[in-house]
Amino acid sequence: MLLDVQDLHIAYRDIEAVHGASFSVEEGELVSIIGANGAGKSSILNSLMGLVPPRSGIIRFRGEDISRIPSHVRARMGIRIVPERARVFPRLTVRENLRIGLYGIHEPAKEKERLAWLYELFPILEERGSQDAVTLSGGEQQQLAIARALVSDPKLLLVDEVSMGLMPKLVDQVFEVLQHLNRERGLTILLVEQNALASLEISSRCYVLETGRIQFEGASGVMRDDPRIREAYLGL
Amino acid sequence: MSDYTITIGTFIAIQAIVACGLNVIVGYAGQISLGHAAFFGIGAYSSALLTTAGGLSFWSALPLVLFITGFIGLVLGLPSLRLKEDFLAITTIGINFIVVSVFLYVPFFGGALGIGGIPRVILFGERLRGTPFLFLCLAFLAAVQLASWLFTRSWSGLACFALREDESAASSMGVSPVRFKLAAFILGTAMAGLGGALYAHFMRFISATDFGFPMSVMILSMVVLGGMGTLWGPVLGALVLGMLPEVFRPLTEYRMFLYAALLLLMIRFQPGGLLGESSFARQIFSRLKGGNQE
Repeated sequence: MLLDVQDLHIAYRDIEAVHGASFSVEEGELVSIIGANGAGKSSILNSLMGLVPPRSGIIRFRGEDISRIPSHVRARMGIRIVPERARVFPRLTVRENLRIGLYGIHEPAKEKERLAWLYELFPILEERGSQDAVTLSGGEQQQLAIARALVSDPKLLLVDEVSMGLMPKLVDQVFEVLQHLNRERGLTILLVEQNALASLEISSRCYVLETGRIQFEGASGVMRDDPRIREAYLGL
Repeated sequence: MSDYTITIGTFIAIQAIVACGLNVIVGYAGQISLGHAAFFGIGAYSSALLTTAGGLSFWSALPLVLFITGFIGLVLGLPSLRLKEDFLAITTIGINFIVVSVFLYVPFFGGALGIGGIPRVILFGERLRGTPFLFLCLAFLAAVQLASWLFTRSWSGLACFALREDESAASSMGVSPVRFKLAAFILGTAMAGLGGALYAHFMRFISATDFGFPMSVMILSMVVLGGMGTLWGPVLGALVLGMLPEVFRPLTEYRMFLYAALLLLMIRFQPGGLLGESSFARQIFSRLKGGNQE
């Protein structure tokens, strides 16, 4: 088990956003968590990354409880996040943004190889290498955020609402890249999405989160055909 | 050069060193500090005490001075780990007032009388004064600029920039906020300590009021005017703000008015500072560069 979360509670002062979520991700899986706005999806991802402290619960990464470990240490352990709205470093160049992703990893040969691979995946990033990240379009920033997370060769990639604010064509493209990374590269991905249909299509398993509780879980293919899910979350 | 020019030049060089230190903290690491004069003062007082009561030479005291200021900078930088923006600004103002009060009310630091009889810097058997001392200050300024440049090129510099831009995104990339904020405080305050040491041996008499809150505002204005986070901004800022009072000597009565007008014009037309992004200087420079390539 790569990631195992037990009874996770997350609260902002007095208001509890996540009421005891339990879920897990196996090595090589692409798992999605879907749910409406405000269901607590981003809170869960941020607490996995260590950006939001959980009120209680256990987060096990490769068997080790990481729930009290600071985020920069989790990053070194191989957890990386593609944050909501990309959050690239605006006044740093595209290349510098990618270099930050490599922070703490000193293997020049491997770095070059990773960068070459990423430039192949996202050619625009090579083209815009010396431009400040703030000058990129929303879609390009999202690509940069993905590349910045991937450049370190993570063991677990957390993806937070990657479809938000992107035009439909780009959403498809980004989802295709994620699927490719998972299938061809064996990258373990935990995806959090409002775009339920698209994430059910690429993921193997899915959790449905509703007001801080996991309501359903199962294989994505089965979920897609479940009339309750179709009606409530897919609007079909 | 006349004595007058040399004196003004020395002041400007010293203040540029201190402003470069603040630039590391504010410009590179993005931590606001309105109490930088405290570290300027700590550097001046420690060098003064070590060379008078301590009996050391300027040169053997200097490493200790840098260590002391850097260490106190580390301790007083701790609030930056918990506080942000306005709260950090207010806390750093508080630190400035506390440090000045300690100098003023603890007899060890000479109280209101300050410390006098600080020896001159001796280099190759010469007591440095006038032009040679100005050159010494310029040499230290060059060293500080070199250190700043190396810092911006290093992993630590890049990590600080990332923290300045987005702290939580940086920490989820493996950058430790604690480590790099404190690294910036240590480097920035040690530079202020160096400026303080030079100031003490230039003035040869120091008192607590030299290092008060108005001085902090002055140093911050230099950094903002020149361009926060740029390499040469603080030096240019120190040059402009150091020369203005001299140029406008006939208008002494209106000096504060001119400062205010200058700052407002800056905010309106050059919010990034004289050398900041999208500033006139940068635009002209990039146009010249573009023209050469064609």
